[in-house]
Amino acid sequence: MANQGSRLTRQNLHGWLFALPGFGLMVMFVVIPFIFAIVFSLTNQRLISPNPTEFIGVENYSNLLGLGGLVIEPIKDDEGRWVLDSKGEYKYPRTRKFTRNNPDHPDIQGMKEWFSWQWDHKKVVVLASDPVFMKALVNTLTFVAVVAPIQSLIALCLALLINQRLRGINIFRTIYFMPVVVSIVVVSLLWRFIYDGQNGLLNSVLASLTFNHFEPVDWLGNPDTALGSIMVMSIWQAVGFHMVIWLSGLQTISPTLYEAAKIEGASSWQTFRYVTWPGLRNTAILVGIVITMQAFALFAQIDVMTNGGPLDSTQTIVFQAVERGYGKQDISGGSTLSVVLFVIVLSISLLQRFLTREKN
Amino acid sequence: MRIKMKKTLQAISYTLIASPFLSGAALAATDLSLWYHGAGNPAEAKVINQIVADFNESQTDWRVVMQSFPQESYNDSVIASALAGNLPDILDVDGPVMPNWAWAGYMQPLSIDEKRIEGFLPGTKGYWDGKLYSIGLWDAAVAMVTRRSTLEKHDIRIPTLEQPWTKEEFDQILVKLKATGEYDFPLDLGMAWKGEWYPYAFSPLLQSFGGDIIDRTTYASSEGVLNGDEAIAFGEWWQNLFAEGLAPGTSQDAADRDTGLADGKYAISWNGNWAALNALKAHDDTLFLPAPDFGNGPKIGAASWQFGVSSSSKYPEAASQFIEFALKDKYLTAFSNGMGLIPPTKEAAAASEHYADGGAMAVFYELSEKQAVVRPVTPGYVVAAKVFEKALADIADGADVADTLDSAADEISDDVQKNAGYGH
Repeated sequence: MANQGSRLTRQNLHGWLFALPGFGLMVMFVVIPFIFAIVFSLTNQRLISPNPTEFIGVENYSNLLGLGGLVIEPIKDDEGRWVLDSKGEYKYPRTRKFTRNNPDHPDIQGMKEWFSWQWDHKKVVVLASDPVFMKALVNTLTFVAVVAPIQSLIALCLALLINQRLRGINIFRTIYFMPVVVSIVVVSLLWRFIYDGQNGLLNSVLASLTFNHFEPVDWLGNPDTALGSIMVMSIWQAVGFHMVIWLSGLQTISPTLYEAAKIEGASSWQTFRYVTWPGLRNTAILVGIVITMQAFALFAQIDVMTNGGPLDSTQTIVFQAVERGYGKQDISGGSTLSVVLFVIVLSISLLQRFLTREKN
Repeated sequence: MRIKMKKTLQAISYTLIASPFLSGAALAATDLSLWYHGAGNPAEAKVINQIVADFNESQTDWRVVMQSFPQESYNDSVIASALAGNLPDILDVDGPVMPNWAWAGYMQPLSIDEKRIEGFLPGTKGYWDGKLYSIGLWDAAVAMVTRRSTLEKHDIRIPTLEQPWTKEEFDQILVKLKATGEYDFPLDLGMAWKGEWYPYAFSPLLQSFGGDIIDRTTYASSEGVLNGDEAIAFGEWWQNLFAEGLAPGTSQDAADRDTGLADGKYAISWNGNWAALNALKAHDDTLFLPAPDFGNGPKIGAASWQFGVSSSSKYPEAASQFIEFALKDKYLTAFSNGMGLIPPTKEAAAASEHYADGGAMAVFYELSEKQAVVRPVTPGYVVAAKVFEKALADIADGADVADTLDSAADEISDDVQKNAGYGH
């Protein structure tokens, strides 16, 4: 008995020693920088500076996340009636009149306009102390909200297609998986040429398909199409990876279940709904969480293709973090963005786990 | 047999151990490391390799060993190695970035006799805090590049240094050229060249309007300078160029930028002297015209890559010695002949192919002398350049001019404050 006990602990010790290199590297390159990020976000750490680093508390966070509001009345003429411009719309004084050097509004000094709308005759303005971050946040959430479901769905369809016992099915599996293997930077460069406004492949193909009725579109230079173009490219590149994960899930479903369904006379949709889909539950959870995390980390495509894009339409949180931390030498600002991103991703992952938990 | 082998082995090993000492003087030379940003450019590499070889031959105390980096990643490499404590002895630094590195403690002042560089163009001398930190072997300038035939065909006055185009004249010229329908765009500003080109090429236009990137009296804030009335006037003129289709915007193809003027896509190109050699090869009636005067005198950029000594170098005197060696006129001329760069001294210019009196690019030397304004000499330039670039790109894409300039001015002023004034 005593012998067994000591052998057990001896075995555990070896286990720890084996795990030490991998575990140690993870601590060194993931855990420690993570702790540093939290610490730096509470200071004014710069990338290079002879000034000593000072602790500034949550000032970085309030500068990043600060929001404010303003309700502006239309301009009145001398008789107190509202002035209408040539289109018949009200004219409003510029927002900068209220937010710059205006002692009447002390808590919104320095803020900039994020978006506004008209309510009654008044203009309601939402202000942010960092509108670029707000746009990055909105863009990132839009990207995740669009890419996660679409990419999972396409990957599932492809996996269903390649889950057949046909001759040469491996060729198709290879073709669909190939974009994943190519570096994202190379893919971004190639797609930048495809999306080119004047001579790009996409414009040429669309023009020839529509017999030259199609006007060339500057896909990456137009704020309305830039983010969508990047979504399409990202889905194309990553779909193979999730297709393989779905495939492995599909292959764990016992073939006897399919045989039973066939005997019962189920249609293919009924087979999918009652046999395939329940068997894919765990795979679906995995794919959902992995796609969401990867989508939040959107960076390489932006850096290579649009650099934040026309009028901040392709700004993302990670891109802003790198731009601030390394480009503008403000490590504390970049760290703050990283911590905020971590909190967002953690909350969404926990929410996903909660929604997909086993209900006993 | 065994003893003989042992003796032979002993003899061989003793010879091997003794040989370094036998080689003598060559290995007594101390290595000086030099980092250069010109990897991939054969003409540049030829000249700098020649300088290094000549210096190594001319004396036996020091041996310079050069390492070349691609220009795009050079700054990042230097910052990363500075954080790791691995800087070389001699390094190459872009003129406006030098104050940032000097303030951060990466560079130390040069020990070069000031009289040696008296005749140098002002843009090539890198001063910070009253001390000389870097010196350049060439300068760079920008001009309006076009063809004589284009101007004569459309009845446009050829401007001179004394009488450049005025703002009204320039606007009319662009509208006239657009109306002919012969060109994709009348003016090519080079919006495809993202990065340092934007502040280098376009801040002189802002300065000609009367604004600036930062207030140069205090270097503490951009308020009123980057978002004052003159700057807003510049911003609106800038936005108008793209709104009216007078210049290609931020989506310009890089290939179009390189060949557009030569191919006839553009009538006038705002380009630097480094691209001038290609323009001259394409058409022999190429003209290099001075910048327009938008109200505050015509202005162009100045200052290019310069050499300096790192603060961690163990042999700063020797490093300065190498840099002084490289300032010889024959090397300045060689750089100019090889790459079309502006030689910093009149003597080197007179001896060069393109900048001698009557040379095709001689006008650049005069432009550099009379119209050049260096970018703001402040450690905060690194951030200010990025902010300014984004502001110009956003205005070109259609953002509100006053709000964009406000944001940019705020960001630059806040950054200076966060860094305790950047040592000013």
